[in-house]
Amino acid sequence: MKTSLAAAAPPLLSLVLLLGAWEALVRVLAVPAYLLPPPSQIAAAFAADATTLGLATWTTAKSALLGFALSGVIGVLVAVALSASRLLERAFYPYAVFLQTVPIVAIAPLLVLWFGPGERAVSVSAFIVSVFPVVANALSGLRSVEPALRDLFRLYGAGKLRTLLLLSLPSSLPSIVTGLRIAGGLAVIGAIVGEFVAGFAEGTPGLGILIMSAPRQLRTDLLFAAVLCASALGLGLFGATNLGGWLLLRRWHPSEKS
Amino acid sequence: MTSLVLAPGLAADAPRPGGVRVLVERARRVFAGSGVVLDGLDLDVAAGTFVALLGPSGCGKSTLLRLVAGLDQADGGSVKLLAPEGAERPRIAYVFQDAHLLPWRNVLDNAALPLELAGVGRDERRAQALVALQQVGLGDAAARHPAELSGGMKMRVSLARALVTRPSILLLDEPFAALDELTRQRLDDQLRALWLDLGMTVLFVTHSNAEAAYLAERCIVFSRRPARILLDTPIDLPRERAASLRSDPHFARALGPLQDALLAGEAP
Repeated sequence: MKTSLAAAAPPLLSLVLLLGAWEALVRVLAVPAYLLPPPSQIAAAFAADATTLGLATWTTAKSALLGFALSGVIGVLVAVALSASRLLERAFYPYAVFLQTVPIVAIAPLLVLWFGPGERAVSVSAFIVSVFPVVANALSGLRSVEPALRDLFRLYGAGKLRTLLLLSLPSSLPSIVTGLRIAGGLAVIGAIVGEFVAGFAEGTPGLGILIMSAPRQLRTDLLFAAVLCASALGLGLFGATNLGGWLLLRRWHPSEKS
Repeated sequence: MTSLVLAPGLAADAPRPGGVRVLVERARRVFAGSGVVLDGLDLDVAAGTFVALLGPSGCGKSTLLRLVAGLDQADGGSVKLLAPEGAERPRIAYVFQDAHLLPWRNVLDNAALPLELAGVGRDERRAQALVALQQVGLGDAAARHPAELSGGMKMRVSLARALVTRPSILLLDEPFAALDELTRQRLDDQLRALWLDLGMTVLFVTHSNAEAAYLAERCIVFSRRPARILLDTPIDLPRERAASLRSDPHFARALGPLQDALLAGEAP
């Protein structure tokens, strides 16, 4: 307890100093609030627009989580398929890399065309942005199963499915968790970018819509609050994948030994 | 470190699994990168014999072991396991140089793995795995994970995993090479006792002529690749062997020819 307090003190202190300096400078220099609102005003926006922010965060969280879940499931399945044959990997992996390099903002209008505006297109955007790290990491894990263990399974006559379930997947779990950790943060980014383009639908607007519309109403304080909510969402997903990984790996993998 | 528990699980009522005969005829194996490893090798191992295979690094001992296990196919000739009349299909077990346990499973489920892959039910395979663990003196460690074990203990779990199917042939590829000398000697004693008790055929690859002579009834020394048999000799030592044997003059005399053949094999 004492040590964690000591560890938390320096960043907390620097945060307080930074916020204090920000507040003081904005007030002394009389910076207009639409350019840079003081921290106190952002805090006030949090309180005044708590419902709007909360609902927007929830909307974005739903899309990001759906995209993240799709990435986890489809990413691992694709990696399993690619790892089953070198030919499949050579045939399709380049396109997975290509998909990764296409800017999501550029294809988001297509998603609106295909899926209609709203949560579906936003989730697909979150999925597209976050699936590649899952595929790449899971594939590398599946490829690095110890050859001696493969031999052992072969010696005892294990079929492909049992080898996959009892050997390949568990032994690539650390890599898959690494992929999911990266995917969590990316899914939030993908959801917000998706909302910029595809988020205008009936129902509760997400953080992306809030971030786009707040400056137009000169609500820079609300913009800051929404950005903070977005990073909190990313952090939350990252923390959740970390916790999940720790629970799965703590008994056996060196990466989770404290 | 550990007490030597000698096969407490295999009581008199349990049948000895017996061994299979290994018949290698004109076996040839060529690898794309490294050339001819085996070129017309002949070898006949009687059922239930403990044979040590010695030779320079990379001479083809491991290749031979993999051929016998069926993990690799010969390019020419044949490698056969011949079970006695009426006996069931040979059961093969293989122990690698490293323990190669599944780190996410506890010791018990690691030892039970071969039975699980053979479709044995959960309770039944766990009971048998516990017996195998007791045979190697690890009955108390069943619930632990491999990361919590010493190198010697991991190797013993690996041995228990190999024994759990009651193999008719046990193939060991330098199994104790990475361990300290004392642990290695203890495991040698345990392996020898298990063999006396279970009677399977054992092919044991090692770099150490002392280990070979201490363990085996018959030692075979290979040349550099392609492996030819330089020496094939029975080891004339008592059936019951104990650590004191290592300092016995008889033991030293048994080592002499092995040493000479090994040196001849290293020479270009």
